[in-house]
Amino acid sequence: MSAAEIHIGPLIAILAMTAATYLMRTGGYLAMARVPLTPWVQRMLDALPGCVITATIVPVLARSGSPALLGVAAVVAVMAWSRNEFLAIAVGMGTVMAVRAFGL
Amino acid sequence: MNDRPARVPTLTRAGMRLGMQLTMPLIPGTIAMSAAFGTIAAQKGMTLVEAVMMSAFLFAGASQLVAMEVWNNVWTFGTILTLALVTATVNMRYLLMGAALQPWLSGMPRTRIAAMLALLVDANWIIAMRYRSEGGSDAGILLGSGLTMWMFWVAGTIPGFLVGDLVKNPQRFGLDLVLPIFFAAMLVPLWRGRRRALGWMVAGAVAWVTAHFVAGYWFIIAGAIAGSIAGAFLDERR
Repeated sequence: MSAAEIHIGPLIAILAMTAATYLMRTGGYLAMARVPLTPWVQRMLDALPGCVITATIVPVLARSGSPALLGVAAVVAVMAWSRNEFLAIAVGMGTVMAVRAFGL
Repeated sequence: MNDRPARVPTLTRAGMRLGMQLTMPLIPGTIAMSAAFGTIAAQKGMTLVEAVMMSAFLFAGASQLVAMEVWNNVWTFGTILTLALVTATVNMRYLLMGAALQPWLSGMPRTRIAAMLALLVDANWIIAMRYRSEGGSDAGILLGSGLTMWMFWVAGTIPGFLVGDLVKNPQRFGLDLVLPIFFAAMLVPLWRGRRRALGWMVAGAVAWVTAHFVAGYWFIIAGAIAGSIAGAFLDERR
């Protein structure tokens, strides 16, 4: 099997998955174009980024335990203190690795 | 359709550059995760071109890794449909993200919007929404960040595929927590006081309960919708 080969099965699968994902990427946009942008809808959209974040990370925190909890606590603390994403993420990831290395 | 501002959002090179810079803290994690995908793809019997193609076309990390769990090299209509459905459910959160971008991007040429939505991922969405919430309107942020993520995501697949086990134990390096850590960092500049944080707490609580009872990735969409509805009501009474 050469590296440059493309087989028909995987090709169709990749295209089907790409189409399904593109439907998700465009579907919300297209639906929103038909929704009147009332102040209430605007406030909902304004609230969405933070809500997507907490909805994503809270179940991860519950499942992954102390490495995730301490990592998130570290990244939030450093970010609040420094407003430096690089530093905050480095410290957060470092905390995760350290906690896992020490098997806490 | 007079409820939309007629103003066409700008898209400048400077904006794209800023989007690129804002994405940089995420690049090491992106490469590592993409390499991990490349390694699994090789183990699953994909060719290099197929693996790179999947990264380039699909460009959605979590769904690519989940798809590899279903990938069994039996090519019937059923397996392909399963792969498409699994991918769609993992990526359902993009429905919300695209909806949130609509009032901002509408008015731009359709082809440009279509291309920008093809590059929509968690990272460039949250970077762009934060920028927007701080009063910015240059859509170049979204595009520049998306292109940067795409380049490193596609490139990272190759060494992972060729070298294999480049990242021996992804958990040890916290790769499963790259996105949560980045998201947590982005939560800080979105802070607008306790009232808004109540909506966030609703989102987190609903997501947590949903994750407990419903398998798959429904928890993100359920939590985010509940939280933003709560947020809209809470904001009203300000």
